[in-house]
Amino acid sequence: MSKFRKASGKSLPKINTSSLPDIVFMLLFFFMVATTMRETEVQVRVKVPEVTEVKKLEKKSLVSYIYIGRPVAHVAKMYGTEPLIQLNDKLVSEEGIPYESIQDFVLFEREKLPESDKSRMVISMRVDQDISMGKVDDVKQSLRRARALIINYSARKEYRDQGR
Amino acid sequence: MASRETPEVNGGSLADIAFLLLIFFLVTTTMDTDTGITRLLPPEPEENQETLVQVNKRNVLVVLLNRSDLLMVGGEVMDRLDLKLKTIEFFTNPLNDQALPEMEQREVPFPPGRSSLLPPDGIWTGRVSKGVISLQNDRSTTYGKYLQVQNELVAAVNSLRNDFCNLYFDKDYDELNTNNPIEEEIQLGIRKIYKMNISESEPKSIGGRN
Repeated sequence: MSKFRKASGKSLPKINTSSLPDIVFMLLFFFMVATTMRETEVQVRVKVPEVTEVKKLEKKSLVSYIYIGRPVAHVAKMYGTEPLIQLNDKLVSEEGIPYESIQDFVLFEREKLPESDKSRMVISMRVDQDISMGKVDDVKQSLRRARALIINYSARKEYRDQGR
Repeated sequence: MASRETPEVNGGSLADIAFLLLIFFLVTTTMDTDTGITRLLPPEPEENQETLVQVNKRNVLVVLLNRSDLLMVGGEVMDRLDLKLKTIEFFTNPLNDQALPEMEQREVPFPPGRSSLLPPDGIWTGRVSKGVISLQNDRSTTYGKYLQVQNELVAAVNSLRNDFCNLYFDKDYDELNTNNPIEEEIQLGIRKIYKMNISESEPKSIGGRN
């Protein structure tokens, strides 16, 4: 009775791996489709506020980003720790008034859109929750001047008890 | 020429190549979707435009955020979480209070035959508020607090719209599909009844204790 005898000499049958590339390719395609490349490096630290009434931002092509926050460590070495504004991928240094350049930025980004979408341009404001409103108000004023009136205040979803 | 058989390519490394690509996309993928509150800024006033608009005092609810992030609503200090109910009361004025905004009779057309609570022609008749909320903040107010207050105001209007939509059309307001012309008309109608009347004043210094 040698039920548990070692199967010495008899080697395991080889698993057929010819379908492995197919499986991996399937995964690959999923991630390729789902990927949105992060094309901008955010050089300011932004922790957006938490609110309940968030909506998804549709149509990424219409959106331009304005970041406001304190610079991250390696940028702080150059520009100090005061809050800075970043327009898409460009950091606006504090010398002079950066608000003129916001108008230029809006005009430039609007030029890139097709004619039919020019009036539907969205500015997404990704502002750190501890920034004071003075800076945000200034940016809003220059956006009004540049006639970019659709603003999305970026925020995370806050979950609250139903009671309130 | 004699037909020569081409040697088969070894496909064993195909998996490795695919894995390499897969790992690259895995690492670079960011699945985050952008979320936030969308609002409209008022257009820049014209050069010589008279900006004086006479508004009855009872129609305005002043929401103030001072530099120490204290919230004052209509003259009294208030907790942020009570603002939503206050706003709903302000916009509906259920008891026809003299201190709350005027309501005017309005007719709003909806697509006919979509709701059993509406007359056959689909025209809704009822009271629409004339109220406006004026949101003011100081330059030193923190942005997080400001957005949370903004959120409460938006939440109040959204819940009014949602209640209306549920009552008449048995559907959540958010679920209305704007690509469908009928549902879009419903959405526009509801927006006429409950307007997002939140005005932001020109920035100024309000002050408050530090």
